Amino acid sequence: MALLQIAEPGASPLPHQTRHAIGIDLGTTNSLVASVRSGIAHVMNDVEGRALVPSVVRYMEDGSVLVGYDALKAIAKDPKNTVASVKRLMGRGYSDIEHRENLPLDLVDVPGMVSVKTRQGVKTPVEVSAEILRVLNDRAQQTLKQDIVGAVITVPAYFDDAQRQATKDAARLAGLNVLRLLNEPTAAAVAYGLDNSAEGVYAVYDLGGGTFDISILRLTRGVFEVLATGGDSALGGDDFDRRIYCWVLDQAKLKSPPTVEDTALLLLRAREAKEYLSTHPEAPITARLASGEIVDLTLDMATFAEISQTLVSKTLQPVKKTLRDAGLRVAEVQGVVMVGGATRIPLIQRAVGEFFKQEPLNNLDPDKVVALGAAIQANLLAGNRAPGEDWLLLDVIPLSLGLETMGGLVEKVIPRNSTLPVARAQEFTTYRDGQTAMMIHVVQGERELVDDCRSLARFELRGIPPMVAGAARIRVTFQVDADGLLSVTASEQTTGVEAHVEVKPSYGLSDDQITGMLKASVDNARDDAQTRALKETQVDAQRLIEAVRSALVEDRHLLNDAEYQLIESGIVKLQTASLSGNRRQMTIAMDDLDADCKDFAGRRMNQAVNRALSGKSIESVEATIEQLHQPKMVKESK
Amino acid sequence: MSDPLVSVDRLNADFFTLLGLPKQFGLNQAALDSRFRELQREVHPDRFAAADDAARRASMMLATQINEAYQTLRSPLKRATYLLNLAGLDVGAESNTAMSPEFLMRQMVWREQLDDARSDGDLTALTQLQAEIDDEVAGAYGNLANALDKGSETTDAVETVRRLMFLEKLHQSINDAIFDMNDC
Repeated sequence: MALLQIAEPGASPLPHQTRHAIGIDLGTTNSLVASVRSGIAHVMNDVEGRALVPSVVRYMEDGSVLVGYDALKAIAKDPKNTVASVKRLMGRGYSDIEHRENLPLDLVDVPGMVSVKTRQGVKTPVEVSAEILRVLNDRAQQTLKQDIVGAVITVPAYFDDAQRQATKDAARLAGLNVLRLLNEPTAAAVAYGLDNSAEGVYAVYDLGGGTFDISILRLTRGVFEVLATGGDSALGGDDFDRRIYCWVLDQAKLKSPPTVEDTALLLLRAREAKEYLSTHPEAPITARLASGEIVDLTLDMATFAEISQTLVSKTLQPVKKTLRDAGLRVAEVQGVVMVGGATRIPLIQRAVGEFFKQEPLNNLDPDKVVALGAAIQANLLAGNRAPGEDWLLLDVIPLSLGLETMGGLVEKVIPRNSTLPVARAQEFTTYRDGQTAMMIHVVQGERELVDDCRSLARFELRGIPPMVAGAARIRVTFQVDADGLLSVTASEQTTGVEAHVEVKPSYGLSDDQITGMLKASVDNARDDAQTRALKETQVDAQRLIEAVRSALVEDRHLLNDAEYQLIESGIVKLQTASLSGNRRQMTIAMDDLDADCKDFAGRRMNQAVNRALSGKSIESVEATIEQLHQPKMVKESK
Repeated sequence: MSDPLVSVDRLNADFFTLLGLPKQFGLNQAALDSRFRELQREVHPDRFAAADDAARRASMMLATQINEAYQTLRSPLKRATYLLNLAGLDVGAESNTAMSPEFLMRQMVWREQLDDARSDGDLTALTQLQAEIDDEVAGAYGNLANALDKGSETTDAVETVRRLMFLEKLHQSINDAIFDMNDC
C-alpha cells in the first residue's frame, strides 16, 4: 500500500499552483512594486523600463487622475491639484502637520484625518495613496498576467496604529488584499540578509523621503530577529530639500514673496540640487519665478553640509537610543545596511560610517531593497515556501501599549520592542464603592500621561457586581498577533463578566505630537516621574477620603460630635492639600487624617467582631480595612 | 479536533519544559537561544499563513507562549522569580518589601550617591557607583545560583530576588544617568 503524502506545513504542494503575491514599497517620494518569480525577487518596471513610480497624484480638469512621472511634471505648474509626499499626511490630524505653511497644498482641517482640497473635491490621504497603489497593482497584474492573491505593503517601523490603519484602508480602496504590513527596515534586512547569507547583528539605517527609521536585527541561520526599533516619523529627505529651499530664499533676496507655484518649483529645484550633489562637488540652482525674477545660484558641498548638519545629527539620536534598547554597543554591530534614497547623500554616509566605525553597506540599491524584501515576505505569506527555504522573521511592536488608570496615568501592559505575537494580562480594580462599570481606554506611546499618548480605543466593561472599592479583580488581556493587530479583553474574575474589542483606531483622536513621542518621552522622563508621583498621591488621597466617607455613613454613631468634627476637618484639609498640588502637604494631611481616624477604626473593628460573635459576617469590614497593595484602579465609566 | 501543532501538554508545560531545558537557575544561554529559534521556526504563524483558522489560531497561541517563555528565562531575575513561583513561593514583588535594615540603609546611601553624582554631573562617581552595583549584582546572582540549584534555603532566595529587583532598578537609573550625560 502506498504511503499517503503529507506536505510540510506552509510548503507549496505543486509548482504550478504558485499563488502570486506582491511586495509594495509605498514611499513618501517614490513607490515600487516587486514580486518573486522563479524563486527570485524582481522589481517590476513600466513600459519605459522605469522601476520607480513618483508618489505624486494629479487631479485633472476632466475628472481623470494622473499618477507618477506624468503627475510629477506638473508639480510646479499646477501645485494645488498635484499632491506629493502624501505619506506625511497619512493618519494625521491637521494640527500634526509640521511646516504646513511651506506646503503648496490646500490642507483642510476636517474631523479625523487632514485632507487636501483639489479641483476634484476634498481628497483624504487614504484616497490619494489608493491612486498610487492602484497604479502599482495594475502594473503587477500586467506583468504577472495572473490574479494576485495579496500584497505586503511596507510602512515605517515608526508608524503608529492610526498611520498603519490608514495604509491598510488605502490598500483596500485600491482593491488589494493586504497580507501584512511590514516594517521598512525589516523588509530591507530580509532582502539584504537572504541575498548575502549574513549572520550576526545588523543595523538598518533607513532615511526615506519623509521618515527616518533605525532597526537593530540579529540574523542567525535564517531567523531574522528584530531586537529594537526606533526613529522619527517626521524626518526625511524632504527636510534636506526644505533646508536648501530656505537657503535659496535667503540668498536670492527676492523682491516679491514667492507664489505657491514658485514654492513648488523651488522645492523641486532644491531636490534636484541635493541629488546632484551626491555625485558632484557643486550644484546649480536656476529658476524663473512668477514675478519674472530669476534665481541663479550655486550650492557647493560645504554649504550644503553646513545647512543640513543638524538634520544629520538628528538621525543619530534615535540610533543611540535604539542601540541602548537592544542592549548593544556600537562594536557589536556587524554591518550597517543603508536604505532610502536620502542615504545617497555623502554627508550621511560619512556620519553613519563615523558613528558605527565602519563603512556602511551599499551593495543593494537603496531605492529597491525595501520592495524586494516585501516581495519575499509576500511570497512566503502566500504559502509559496520553496522546499529548503527556511527563514523566519520575528518582528517587534514599535510603541508600547497600555491602559488609562486613575489620574490620567498610563499603565504599560506591553512594552515596546516585545517580540510578536505577544499577550500580557494585568489586573485592575475599581475606584469607587459599588462601581459596576469600568472604562477601558487603550493607548499607545511611551509617555506616562494619557494626554501625551495616542488613544487607540475605548470600551466599557459593564455588569461588575457592586463591591467595595478595590475589591473587584478585573483582568485585562492584550493580545497582539503576528500582523501587529491588537485585541483587548477585560473580564471580572469572580463573575466572569467579559468585554472584548478588536482595536481599530480612529484617526486624529486626541492626537498630540505623535511625531517625537519617543524622543519627547526621554526628554520628559524626569517631569513625568514627578507628575506621576503627584498624581498617584492624589489618587491615594481621594481613595482615603472615599473610604473614610463611606465609614462615616455607616458608623457615624460610633463618634461623638467633637470626634466627628475632627475627622470632617481632616477631610477638608486633605482635599485642600490635594488641590494645591503639593505632594508633601498631601502626605502630611493624609497622615493626619489617618491618625484622626485611628480610634474610629478601632471601634468599628470591635463592633464588627461583636457582630461576628453574634453570628454576623465581618467580611465587609475586613474588606474596607484591607486597603493596602491593591492593583491599579480604573475609573468608573460615565 | 486535535491539532498536532498545539497539544494541551505543550501549552500547559512550564517554560523550561517547553524550551527543553533543565528546570534550574543555571542556564546555557546559547542552548536557550537556539531552542527558541528552532521552536519559532516550527510554530510561528507565518509558517501557517495559508493554513485553516484553527491551525493559525493554535500557532499564534503557541508562538505567544514561546515568546513569553524565552523572555522569562533569558532574564536571570525573571528566571529566578519564575523558579520560585514554580516552587510555590511568592516573591510578592509589590506587596512584600520587607528587607533587612542593613540593606535598607545601603539602599539609601546608594540612592543619595546617585542623586549627588547626577546633580553634580560627576561621571567618574557614576562609573564608580556602577562598578560597585555590578559587583553587588554579580554576588547576589552567585548566591541565588547556590540557593536555587544546590538546594540550600529557598527563603534566602526570595530575599535575594527582592534585593536584585532593587539593584537592577538602581543599575538602570545609573545607566540612564550616564547615557544622559554622554548625550549633552
